[in-house]
Amino acid sequence: MRKMIEGSRAVAEAVALCRPDVISAYPITPQTHIVEDLSQMVADGQLDAEYIRVESEHSAASACLGAVAAGSRAYSATTSQGMMLMIEVLYNIAGMRLPLVITGVNRALSAPLSIWNDQQDTMGIRDTGWLQLYAENSQDALDMHIQAYKIAEDDRVLLPVMVCMDGFVLTHTYESVDMPEQEQVDAFLPRYNPLYRLDPEDPYTLGAFVGPEAYHEVRYVLQQDCLGAKEVVKEVARDFQKAFGRWSGDVIDTYHCDDAETIVVALGTLVGTLKDWVDARRAEGQKVGVVKLRCFRPFPGEELVEAVSGAKQVVVLEKAVSVGAQGIVASELRSALYGKATVPVACSFVGLGGRDITFDTIDEACKRAGDGETEFFAGLRTEVLEEA
Amino acid sequence: MATKPFTYDISRGFLPGHRACAGCGQAAAVRMVMEIAAPNCVVTNATGCLEVFSTPYPESAWGVPWLHSLFENSASIASGVEAALRKQGRLENTRVLAFGGDGGTVDIGFGALSGMLERGHDILYVCYDNEAYMNTGVQRSGATPYAASTTTSPAGRASFGEDHPKKNLPAICAAHGIPYVATASMAFFADLKRKVRKALGIRGPKYIHVHVPCPPGWGYPEKDTVEIGKLAVETGLFPLVEWEDGEVTRVRKIKRLPVEEYLKPQRRFRHLFRTEEGKAKLAEIQAIADSNIEKYGLAG
Repeated sequence: MRKMIEGSRAVAEAVALCRPDVISAYPITPQTHIVEDLSQMVADGQLDAEYIRVESEHSAASACLGAVAAGSRAYSATTSQGMMLMIEVLYNIAGMRLPLVITGVNRALSAPLSIWNDQQDTMGIRDTGWLQLYAENSQDALDMHIQAYKIAEDDRVLLPVMVCMDGFVLTHTYESVDMPEQEQVDAFLPRYNPLYRLDPEDPYTLGAFVGPEAYHEVRYVLQQDCLGAKEVVKEVARDFQKAFGRWSGDVIDTYHCDDAETIVVALGTLVGTLKDWVDARRAEGQKVGVVKLRCFRPFPGEELVEAVSGAKQVVVLEKAVSVGAQGIVASELRSALYGKATVPVACSFVGLGGRDITFDTIDEACKRAGDGETEFFAGLRTEVLEEA
Repeated sequence: MATKPFTYDISRGFLPGHRACAGCGQAAAVRMVMEIAAPNCVVTNATGCLEVFSTPYPESAWGVPWLHSLFENSASIASGVEAALRKQGRLENTRVLAFGGDGGTVDIGFGALSGMLERGHDILYVCYDNEAYMNTGVQRSGATPYAASTTTSPAGRASFGEDHPKKNLPAICAAHGIPYVATASMAFFADLKRKVRKALGIRGPKYIHVHVPCPPGWGYPEKDTVEIGKLAVETGLFPLVEWEDGEVTRVRKIKRLPVEEYLKPQRRFRHLFRTEEGKAKLAEIQAIADSNIEKYGLAG
């Protein structure tokens, strides 16, 4: 059913359609509307779930860990500082191979304190073993949650999935979405049937410590399975298209890339802006295209190489900085291209702490890349720098 | 000569063959707790001695489902387990127990524990208190007693050891107004088991704080664990108290032995017996015991 709702509401309804048994979250702006909506659904008896109102994000992730270990489907959402507080548990959940789904609302990190959008938080947890999907719009975010459980709980994966969505830009924006029916989701996503669970009839020890004689192998298997999850992400996207008739890409998606001389790579809502920018610049005769990096973990290196190899230049717009090093996506893309193609990859940091990213920002990034710059901040306000 | 193969009953929950030190008070306490709790239970465990000595992969000493995640979140993962079991309709026949050491409970897991108690989960949290971070090498915790020498509160020319009294976490738990809180000692077997049985008969959050002497950490011969544990109680330094709905309802009367009888056999207190200043500290420790005796009415 089509309706005009807030992005957070779309996610909350999608999560409810996935029938989580246990929800645990701690409030933090701009994640709040999602968990408020879910709380109300539980309070109204519309959603039959246990809602644990924890005292921190560390405990939110921990409670979900316990719930999934006990054989339940669980859900949480957080952002920014909350995600930083969760980090220890996020590594643990992935290492224990527990298929939890969390919404990672994207917000800047402190200091300085900012509640506004960029992607430094979820980029900062890229090495945890979590799969990461980045939503372009509300429909994408909604659909990704349904897909996320399917991917996470697949026996070939058994890894947690984070659906990343830009704070405010998406969470607090009203868009028209097509909300699936419960029966459709039930048919696509059966009840969680764990391989093992905490059960006195069949007792397992979960979370044993492992010495040097086996830890290396455990991490090897984690790496193999996370890389292998790429095919499951693709398969689930195809199955979702069959079931719901919608496609928003699998690990990546492309827009006017076939003959593009300049290809811009981005994640999240920026992709929507870029599509409009491509339309505008193509109308002026510029051969530009966009690659949407929909699945950042596992990193779809081969697919990206194939998508950008024909271009004269690639510009990665990054809403996160690996401080003291390079743009995160750009350096991973360069690494993927190494020995396969020679297209130059420039990295432009944009939109940190909620700075609007306009056509001017994108034009500046492409021009400076064309002039040979490889790593730079677009849209710097010189008057602020002078004050500082 | 034929040898009889070693057999054990998995339904007892906590099984022999683990790697605890000789004379480990915690291992003995866990065995007693599990004798009451097993087999229809799930145990969560904080990182620490118990987790390490009972689950070196691929071995496990646990005959019940057991979950370890991190140091500070035993109470939080137990909250998730409990909620899941309730949703699945399995909570009626399954008890959830959360275990932690004093560091994982009194210090780093304190917020998680308070949250678990305040939210009313049907969980029995058991803190095994050996009064320092033993797994990492005897560093002080919030449960380390006054004047004890540890590797991070060492006695020295300018220090008499730990300079703050032990945090009274059981009283803090009782202040949450939960149905049942008790202190216990591994040296009083029947008392410990009675308290575990009582706690498991109550639905809602319960907290038992068990004193567990540690031979390498405290510095006394392994054979004396029970004796040391008894002396802690009989001097008034570790009162055995029960709280119901926030009120003290029962205490164990004690012999009121002088604190020196408890302190003197332990390496962690030996500096107090060597100087005049140390003797003054002994008087302060006696005052702590006297205050406990007064506060909880421990005198027989």
